[in-house]
Amino acid sequence: MNVNYLYSLLAVVVLGLVAYVGAGAAGLQGVFGIFLPYLAVVIFVAGFVYRVMDWAKSPVPFRIPTTSGQQQSLDWIKQNKLDNPSTLLGVLGRMFLEIVTFRSLFKNSRVELVGDRISYKWVVWLWLFAILFHYSFLAVVVRHLRFFLEPVPFFVQAIEQIDGILQVGLPGVFISGVTLLAGAVLLLLRRILLPKLNYISKAADYFPLLLIIGIALTGIMMRYFTKVDVVKVKELTMGLTTFHLGIPEGGLSALFYVHLFFVCILIVYIPFSKLMHMAGVFLSPTRNLANNSRMKRHINPWNPKVKFHTYDEYEDDFREKMIEAGLPVEKE
Amino acid sequence: MVDILKPEEMFNSIDYTVPSDRWEDVPPDFSEGTFCYPTKKKNQDYLGIPSKEEWSPADEDWKLPDNWEEIIHEGFKERLGKYRSLKVFMDICVRCGACADKCHYFIGTGDPKNMPVLRAELLRSVYRKDFTTAGKILGSIAGARKITPLVIKEWFSYFYQCSECRRCSVYCPYGIDTAEITMMARELLSLLGLNINWILEPAANCFRTGNHLGIQPHAFKEMIEFFCDDIEEITGLKLNPSFNRKGAEILFITPSGDAFADPGTYTMMGYLMLFEHIGLDYTLSTYASEGGNFGLFTSSEMMKRLNGKMYAEAKRLGVKWILGGECGHMWRVINQYMETMNGPADFMEIPKNPITGTVFKNAASTKMVHIAEFTADLIKHNKLKLDPSRNDKFKVTFHDSCNPSRGMGLLDEPRYVLNKVCNNFYEMPENTIREQTFCCGSGAGLNTEEIMDLRMRGGLPRANAVKHVHEKYGVNLLSCICAIDRAALPPLMDYWVPEVGVTGIHELVGNALVMEGEIERTTDLRFEPLNEEEE
Amino acid sequence: MSDKPKIIIGLVVFFALFTFPFWYNHGKATSAPEPLLSAKAKEAKQCVRDVEYMRTEHMQLLDGWRDRTVRDAQRVYEINGKEYVASLSNTCMECHDNKADFCDRCHEYTSVNPYCWDCHTYPEEKK
Repeated sequence: MNVNYLYSLLAVVVLGLVAYVGAGAAGLQGVFGIFLPYLAVVIFVAGFVYRVMDWAKSPVPFRIPTTSGQQQSLDWIKQNKLDNPSTLLGVLGRMFLEIVTFRSLFKNSRVELVGDRISYKWVVWLWLFAILFHYSFLAVVVRHLRFFLEPVPFFVQAIEQIDGILQVGLPGVFISGVTLLAGAVLLLLRRILLPKLNYISKAADYFPLLLIIGIALTGIMMRYFTKVDVVKVKELTMGLTTFHLGIPEGGLSALFYVHLFFVCILIVYIPFSKLMHMAGVFLSPTRNLANNSRMKRHINPWNPKVKFHTYDEYEDDFREKMIEAGLPVEKE
Repeated sequence: MVDILKPEEMFNSIDYTVPSDRWEDVPPDFSEGTFCYPTKKKNQDYLGIPSKEEWSPADEDWKLPDNWEEIIHEGFKERLGKYRSLKVFMDICVRCGACADKCHYFIGTGDPKNMPVLRAELLRSVYRKDFTTAGKILGSIAGARKITPLVIKEWFSYFYQCSECRRCSVYCPYGIDTAEITMMARELLSLLGLNINWILEPAANCFRTGNHLGIQPHAFKEMIEFFCDDIEEITGLKLNPSFNRKGAEILFITPSGDAFADPGTYTMMGYLMLFEHIGLDYTLSTYASEGGNFGLFTSSEMMKRLNGKMYAEAKRLGVKWILGGECGHMWRVINQYMETMNGPADFMEIPKNPITGTVFKNAASTKMVHIAEFTADLIKHNKLKLDPSRNDKFKVTFHDSCNPSRGMGLLDEPRYVLNKVCNNFYEMPENTIREQTFCCGSGAGLNTEEIMDLRMRGGLPRANAVKHVHEKYGVNLLSCICAIDRAALPPLMDYWVPEVGVTGIHELVGNALVMEGEIERTTDLRFEPLNEEEE
Repeated sequence: MSDKPKIIIGLVVFFALFTFPFWYNHGKATSAPEPLLSAKAKEAKQCVRDVEYMRTEHMQLLDGWRDRTVRDAQRVYEINGKEYVASLSNTCMECHDNKADFCDRCHEYTSVNPYCWDCHTYPEEKK
């Protein structure tokens, strides 16, 4: 049994306690409310730029798209312009659909041995959970802009309107909060319960999921149960975005700081982890290149000089046999 | 050769239950029959790459060079600097598991390290330790692993259980391509002198004689002439292909397997007949007598060294463009690497079919056209006289070879040709063809006898799909456009679906071709009666 | 062929989005709004519940009032020995007679859009 998730769970619990005690009992609200968020943003930006530029530093020596459809060839053979693009437009289409709809994941199937046969079943769950999780996350992030923008722009309000369309509960339930939690929990359960997935999972796979579950849970707690004074929260966050720093009078609950600290940890964690897939997906050479290397020469900046076996060397080796066999030679 | 299980036993032995030990703690298996034999030192010496005295993977101590750790570390670093793909693929895998059961070797063996994700983790764990901060600090919690001789052994075992087929890459949400990772790992192993003979001997042969099989020029010519004799016997027509002829319009290059072993030889006969039929001004080369490229399975430099002959010979002979035969990895190299490595090919002209006038715009730069594109174009323009009923005894299906499918996208051209040269064509199920096709189980240099168990297991998904159409439609012939396939699929079919034969599509073209002045044919290219009733 | 410019453009776009709050607000100090108390409210000194409770739980209180009034015809809210008519328009708005000054300031600040006023009326705002 893979116990990596225990490390991660422990890490998340400890981090939560650090903030709870630190900002709560120890009263370090300035540290957790101002210093750490700034530090986290700085590390995130620097780390993100470093990681991406480090990737950019290495060239793409060969044009190696994974072609998943008919190539462009004879005029009367229909090309699959999305899955085997030969133009920039096709590549953009492929990338767009990949990033926005997780198209490759949608193809997922599962192998089963049935009698004396192998069968493949289309399975939608991974795609579904992934979509649920990522879009919920996006909605939650956009919604949270209400704490960082004054006045609150229309698009944030529009998202809130749609997100709260159920008009259930008070304060009204935001669907995305629930689905984010559900998505993260489902992805976590996959990792714990499916033997193959459990076998491949590392602490680094459980940690971000548990952290995000922590973020969602503390957020939901604050909104619906323990309650937090959102005016004060916004006072703090607006102070951060406008550089008018200060902890609102009377302070904020420890739970809020746990929530905020988790978010800080998450963004610090991104550049140093697999969460960089958010940037990497744009830079994957098997997806972001057109399959046109027979039409247009691709340049390898480090194309090495190598030792060939030249025709002359070849002929020197076999000249007599070639002459005897009636093969033309350069030198008689 | 080690005896392997009977098909039924093998199938029943497949178990997808994961081991109770962590994968890091499961040592690789090196019992006889599980590994490819290491290369003979002379091949490494001939090619001038790091060499190693005779050894066996079964040895406890592999006697790695003293500074092996440094070699690997530096080699890894160099490759991270050269290939963005490697860097990105090391960093961004989220281990979602989508690839896990897409690998034919995993499906056939149930060995979790044959899941593409774990195969990559073998390398990734070392990457984390050597090149990431988290891995240096947190060690195994961050999934980092110090490299040890056992890790090297593990690499050798599992990176020679990957056929670089790229099927996993189709399903990966980030397009992580295990082929790319396997290539890097094999390059690193090669730095320690760890190569397998079934790859390096052909590579050394190819370097010297121009082809993997080591066929010398006079023998190459004899073989082709031998086929011409057979063709004469079957059709009554005497063919006179030329060799190393300067001034020919087209240079034709095909894998040497087609000149050497059945059933590739029949495909070779098909090519020759086709060219005769349309009166093509072409020549064969004994120097560039290999389409395939076992350098691809060794290192990018080796690939470049072997591939260089194609353009060099085209230039020497002054041809206008190059036509390439049916081969899988050959076309991966031509489509995705050749001109980048050995171009520009500006001494040739944009390929134009002299018979139909079609300009192959998609090959405008490399100047090399696939025979399936070429033949499809001929048929479309009604330039071939075909009698598909000559293939009526066959119920044909088509195996998409990995490389033309996922490294090129040559999918509909061969199907078009097949549908014109035979009357009974059936597709295998959709998740086993086209971009989702399964490897023959023996690609990327693994077509070697000593790992027959692995090959049969790896080929099972393909065979399983063939079995399906065999039972459903009575399919009795598996066609393909790859020389490795033509060598690997016959034993695979014998093992799993014994009633099914293997052919290249140009063998079927050769059968169907009604050539001017030919005698009435009574047999196909294999000297077997045209129709079973006539037996 | 270097694709670094493209990658840098990508990074710039990403960070432009990420730092959207910083430049959207362009450093303008905004003080958190305080609900303006009318003279009458100041005079009363005490709302139905204490200020802390009202800040975070007023929506629950009003929701409870509504449910009891509409479903059980319970129009009286009793707390701390005092009785109030459970009515937003009459009880609450009697003291807090200016919706814009009292309700909207915080609601707008935190982008909260209660549907109280879909049914209820509020006193004419004094200009």
